[in-house]
Amino acid sequence: MASEGASGKYTTVSIPVTLYRRIKKLIEDTGFTSVSSYVTYVLREIVAAHEMEKGEEPFTPEDRERIIEKLRRLGYLD
Amino acid sequence: MVAKPHGGKLVNKVSREPRRSRLLEEARELYQISLDLDTAVDVENIAHGVYSPLEGFMIQDDYLHVLEDMRLSDDTPWTMPLILDLDPRKMRGISEGDDVTLAFRGSPLAILHIEEIYEWDKKRYVRRIYGTTDPAHPGIAQVMQRRELLIGGPIELLSNVPISPNFERYLLWPAETRVLFEEKGWRRIAGFQTRNVPHMGHEYIQKAALTFVDGLFINPLIGKKKPGDWRDEVILEAYEALIRYYYPRDATVLAILRTRMRYAGPREAVHHAIIRKNFGCTHFIIGRDHAGVDNYYGPYDAWQIFQEFPDLGITPLFIREAFYCRKCNGMVNEKICPHDEQYRIRISGTRIREMIKKGEIPPSELMRPEVAKAILRFKELFVR
Repeated sequence: MASEGASGKYTTVSIPVTLYRRIKKLIEDTGFTSVSSYVTYVLREIVAAHEMEKGEEPFTPEDRERIIEKLRRLGYLD
Repeated sequence: MVAKPHGGKLVNKVSREPRRSRLLEEARELYQISLDLDTAVDVENIAHGVYSPLEGFMIQDDYLHVLEDMRLSDDTPWTMPLILDLDPRKMRGISEGDDVTLAFRGSPLAILHIEEIYEWDKKRYVRRIYGTTDPAHPGIAQVMQRRELLIGGPIELLSNVPISPNFERYLLWPAETRVLFEEKGWRRIAGFQTRNVPHMGHEYIQKAALTFVDGLFINPLIGKKKPGDWRDEVILEAYEALIRYYYPRDATVLAILRTRMRYAGPREAVHHAIIRKNFGCTHFIIGRDHAGVDNYYGPYDAWQIFQEFPDLGITPLFIREAFYCRKCNGMVNEKICPHDEQYRIRISGTRIREMIKKGEIPPSELMRPEVAKAILRFKELFVR
């Protein structure tokens, strides 16, 4: 049985120094407190968009027919 | 296109024949853990993908990430732990790697494969999730009653949780709403979470949202609530009346979500948005003090938290509280009404409640008379 503990939460990714400086300037007077927090925010946004393109179809054509039948029976579809 | 499921895949852990019959036989021989109604409903929700991408109760790694970072261990946004608690005195004979039967009212409901059994710190939990340790908070009261160990692992559903015939026709699962929205030709769908009967303020924000999307998914929460909340039957009848008389039928779907309220304010608002994303919603309406209780959270805290999730995959719609303005002669909000407070009629849930209790129909600036009449047909209005 495990007990409650903490694990490492961050790792390092290298970006060009010029980009670092550019971002540092960009985030002045914004809600971002560091270049890391900005990069994390932007990367999550982009990664999520890419992942969305890869989503699987959740049901087979047979499932779909069965669902449509139920929806008609319940009055959700004509 | 409707929203992709959270985490990219709609979970389906509903056992099918002939596997189901075999598992039901096996389930009778396994160690049984009895569930209360709310936890049984959670199991059913997991199996039908309501909590996608979760396939079971959280193991410790996910639990701690959710607690501290509001994300699963794979970085997917997730704000409310989904946990199963267990009494240490009752865990003789079970250990990690075993299969156990999750039973409801004496019958096998699901099989749980135990990946991990671990301890949890309830005070840390309530501090992180509720932002307070005040035992008067109704969500905290729920947590402190839970048992000392947590058990995590994937489930497989064998049976359905019984539901009142009054609610059965409103129970749709994410796979079903996704097909429904597609069949209706909706590409943009706004979800609306509620635990109240609808007044004019609700109608205003729902219709404001509907102006910009193809369909409105009204999704009342049916389940354990605190004393004094509106009873589930009353909420549904009130919405039926509102939709019948005032909503475009082909742009509105009313279906229930069975789950308990946690009253976790901002965190629960994100949780509610993720659930509606799994139902296929592309947008989710966040009102004032969403999932809040008393004065534990600021009125717009639930708006702020969404800034932390650029990767949520559902667009929050922040619509300001509405009121009736006698000068504008209609429902408006702070942003669009230039008139003084003296012309404004604020919609008070408490005032509506008091009038209804006395058998009175509230003024039409507060509530549609058809809705009030539907409510007044009930003898029991509130959860005891």
